[in-house]
Amino acid sequence: MVCQLCKQKEATVHLTQIVEDEMKKLDLCEACAKQKGVTDPTGFSLAELLLGAAGDAPAADPASPSVSDAKCTRCGLTQAEFKKNGRMGCSDCYTAFADSLEVVLKGMHKGTRHRGKVPVGLRRAADQQATLEKLSTQLQGAIAAEDFEQAARLRDEIKAVKAAA
Amino acid sequence: MMNLLDFLTPSAEVCRRTGPHDKIVFSSRVRLARNLPGVSFPGHGKKADRVRAYEQLMPAVQAVPEMAGGLAESMERLTPSDKQLLVERHLISREHAAKGAGSGFILNREESFCVMVNEEDHLRMQALRPGLQLREAWVAIDALDTALQERLEFAFSSQYGYLTACPTNLGTGIRVSAMLHLPGLVLSEQVSQIIQAVSKLGLAVRGLYGEGTEALGNIFQVSNQMTLGESETEIVERINKVLQQVIEHEENARTSLLEKKSRVVFNHVGRAFGILSHAHTISSKETMNLLSLLRLGVDIGLFPATSRAFVDELLLLTQPSHLQALYTKREKLSAEERDILRADVLRDRLRGLDRPDHSSLGSGSAGTPASES
Repeated sequence: MVCQLCKQKEATVHLTQIVEDEMKKLDLCEACAKQKGVTDPTGFSLAELLLGAAGDAPAADPASPSVSDAKCTRCGLTQAEFKKNGRMGCSDCYTAFADSLEVVLKGMHKGTRHRGKVPVGLRRAADQQATLEKLSTQLQGAIAAEDFEQAARLRDEIKAVKAAA
Repeated sequence: MMNLLDFLTPSAEVCRRTGPHDKIVFSSRVRLARNLPGVSFPGHGKKADRVRAYEQLMPAVQAVPEMAGGLAESMERLTPSDKQLLVERHLISREHAAKGAGSGFILNREESFCVMVNEEDHLRMQALRPGLQLREAWVAIDALDTALQERLEFAFSSQYGYLTACPTNLGTGIRVSAMLHLPGLVLSEQVSQIIQAVSKLGLAVRGLYGEGTEALGNIFQVSNQMTLGESETEIVERINKVLQQVIEHEENARTSLLEKKSRVVFNHVGRAFGILSHAHTISSKETMNLLSLLRLGVDIGLFPATSRAFVDELLLLTQPSHLQALYTKREKLSAEERDILRADVLRDRLRGLDRPDHSSLGSGSAGTPASES
């Protein structure tokens, strides 16, 4: 087996990566592996493995060849800096580097969607939204049933909920 | 500035705090990482960004009733030995101890909450409890976080949850951890197996002072690694379950050591007692390893059960900064001077502890050949 990067030397370093149940393999010779920083497992960050080495793999997403040029417009952190240090520069970076983030997070966490605590403010807004939706469904029902007394009461209630916001 | 030790609860009192399973679990903690939206994270931003976050966060945290009557300081105003003292109390991280202007820490009066401002994230707040009390610690820190959210807006995305400087903390921003004393598993050479098994479950096992530190004194920290894709309670329950099993393994290891190798255990504890109470110079590392054996001695009945707090106190006050702050007026001791002072303190304090007594625990001669005369 020859190295997939230099296509000359014998590949002795084999990386396997599973993304969305799809297995990707990368075979490198020792020189290329060293150049990519793959030989020392301690100095080798997951972000680099997934963003850097995977970018060179033939199976990698061809739509994102220029990811390393991406830059956060708020704090100025570049994709390359993120890859190097594994740290974001500010909360906006998560939007700026969203495309490549998914892969990183998959290898790191149980899932890629937050399932925990929601900020108090948002929770209140969500609760209020749910209440409003429920009331307006009831209002539609009351109108359809020509129960105008009930409809008037619901309309006032909706007004009150909206006013409390 | 004030003397930090005058503010902190005395070591003896800290060590008398009790909790469930405290023979094996020293303490439980739950930490949350939070950040301000649109302000660069402390590690990336300029000094002005850090100061902006500091000025917004310090008063907001101090205004929460839970933090009332506590201590709030800029890291700039703490001396290096004060910072080290806080590290030895496990109130701040070693990373935070390296911080200066623009970083701060806030501790409540009961020392059950500790908040770091501008560590790796703008805000890292933790709830601490003695023994195994992860659920209680989560409930407490959740309440503090909710109270803070009345005053502050945190960076949050509905997809990724709370946004953190390092993606490894993303989502819940939670780090649930417990500090365990596992001499039984170490002596019976089972600890690496346990560490491997625990790691496979997505939990990290580390030494006494967190990331990249040695497991001195048979003390290990177990914590979650994944923070996204699971709720806080799921994470707390998962690690709680694993810890219950580790505790059971440690208890079994101790029982079986006593049944099959009591002489080995008595020998370890007796020698530890001998060295600690007679040495004239002793390193911090050796002290911790030997005190761990004394603690095991207390747990198996070689010393009165009441002396566990006493041993824990020695574990704390023989740490370099505690030693320095408590027993000398001098500015800075060399390592050699500190080792001598440590031995002096140990000899003095251990006069208050009776020699290990194995008379009620069998002869300790199981499995030994007939004595030669």
